[in-house]
Amino acid sequence: MNDVLDVALRLIVVFAVFLVLPLVVGQTEHKVMAHMQGRLGPMYAGGFHGWAQLVADGVKFAQKEDIVPAGADRRIFQLAPAVALLPYLLVLLAIPIGPGEGAVGQVIDAGLFFVLAVMGVGVLGSLMAGWASANKFSLLGGLRTAAQLLAYELPMLLAAASVAMAAGTVSLPGIVEAFAWWWLPWQIVGALVFFTAGLAELQRPPFDMPVADSEIIFGAYTEYTGLRFALFLLAEYAGIVVLCFLTTVLFLGGWHGPFGAHDIGWVWTLLKTAILAFVVIWLRVSYPRLREDQLQKLAWTTLIPLALAQIALTGIVKVAIQ
Amino acid sequence: MSPAATLAAAATTGPGFLSPTGVEIAFVLVGLATLGAALVTVTTKQLVHAALWLVVALGGIAVEYLLLTAEFIAWVQVLIYLGSVVVLLLFGLMLTKAPIGRSPDADSGNRWIALGVAVVAAASLVWVVVDAFRTTWIDLDGPVQGSTKVSGEILFQHWVLPFEALSVLLLAALIGAIVLSRRNDPADASDKGQR
Repeated sequence: MNDVLDVALRLIVVFAVFLVLPLVVGQTEHKVMAHMQGRLGPMYAGGFHGWAQLVADGVKFAQKEDIVPAGADRRIFQLAPAVALLPYLLVLLAIPIGPGEGAVGQVIDAGLFFVLAVMGVGVLGSLMAGWASANKFSLLGGLRTAAQLLAYELPMLLAAASVAMAAGTVSLPGIVEAFAWWWLPWQIVGALVFFTAGLAELQRPPFDMPVADSEIIFGAYTEYTGLRFALFLLAEYAGIVVLCFLTTVLFLGGWHGPFGAHDIGWVWTLLKTAILAFVVIWLRVSYPRLREDQLQKLAWTTLIPLALAQIALTGIVKVAIQ
Repeated sequence: MSPAATLAAAATTGPGFLSPTGVEIAFVLVGLATLGAALVTVTTKQLVHAALWLVVALGGIAVEYLLLTAEFIAWVQVLIYLGSVVVLLLFGLMLTKAPIGRSPDADSGNRWIALGVAVVAAASLVWVVVDAFRTTWIDLDGPVQGSTKVSGEILFQHWVLPFEALSVLLLAALIGAIVLSRRNDPADASDKGQR
């Protein structure tokens, strides 16, 4: 009975994190963007600093009519948001925020493979949405999504493989356990490649060509309204949370900090994740959108050679220190 | 199954077919679902639906790997097949022809030959697997037999030559693809500039 209770408790906690953190990131994005760009809109609702903006957004989405276009493939159109969102929930299960068994949803032996594999599945949701909407802009958005995933999956995997080589394990708690401070300069190139490729996989600016509003309205999500559209947005924010957690765990030492790694380790993890999430938002307001050919060129001629060089460096250092 | 029955089964001949455990039942059920999804994949008239049913079938196989304690292989299956191959397939479909609804011409005159080949291939595979693993049972309570460490050791100690041969084959395919996609004909140079 205790085991069942334990599993249930872990699932509830992970689900709560899944529901809360993306919304926190969303609210932060509202505020940070408002400050950086001098936007007045998000600062108004509710009074002090526009604290109720997120609530107002939620009410707006819930009120909107749920429309399925007449020419659409009904079932796939309706299924797509769930396929886009659920993988991120599964990934959160495997991410350790502190040392020991108590601070991770489920210890998975091949955790690194698990998170990268399941994150890759999420893009199927965008593809399904783009195809099933019966809209040429949606289809173009779906195509761009697929091309982007194919280009950026490889550097992401290579950068992650470099860390796995350095740690000698593919288990996420094992990687953080093996971390030492000098990994930071050693793996810095891999970290940058991983973070950039992750941003591109989430279609965050400056890699938001698949949803470029000036060309193809909103890409694969053009025909969506109401709660289903909100689910796609939630998937994007959940993706930011997962990417920042992963970068923290793989490259920034997770729960290691200047002091108190074993008592307040989870604070360090959350702090690093929050800083990375801020950087994601910051990049959105500071960089213009890359054109489609620039996107592909960046992946194939810059990120992949950098990731391969990082793997070579990791191998050389690894052999040298043994 | 009651504890007494478990004890009785263990006392006689070890694991048997007549007293299936929960994992065995799950294995058979997932297998049936996978088979069903695979059948729909090849019989449906809607092209994109076929690709999506393929996702279900490949995912079912990953679950089977998990139930066989081959955790590493299962995640690699998800990573390569669900995350990359199917995305490539859908990309290709969307680029060429992916109508919503039925495609009446999505049929082949060779369906009976194809069926024959499929049945023969399935029969030989089932025969080989059954013959090879006839008396092997996985001890679920013992150490994990398909963990990353075990898979890596076996792959790079016993099977390193086939592994290297395969990587050379893949490299050849990669170079071949690059050669095929490059156009050295000067007449095509202007055409390439427009893309």
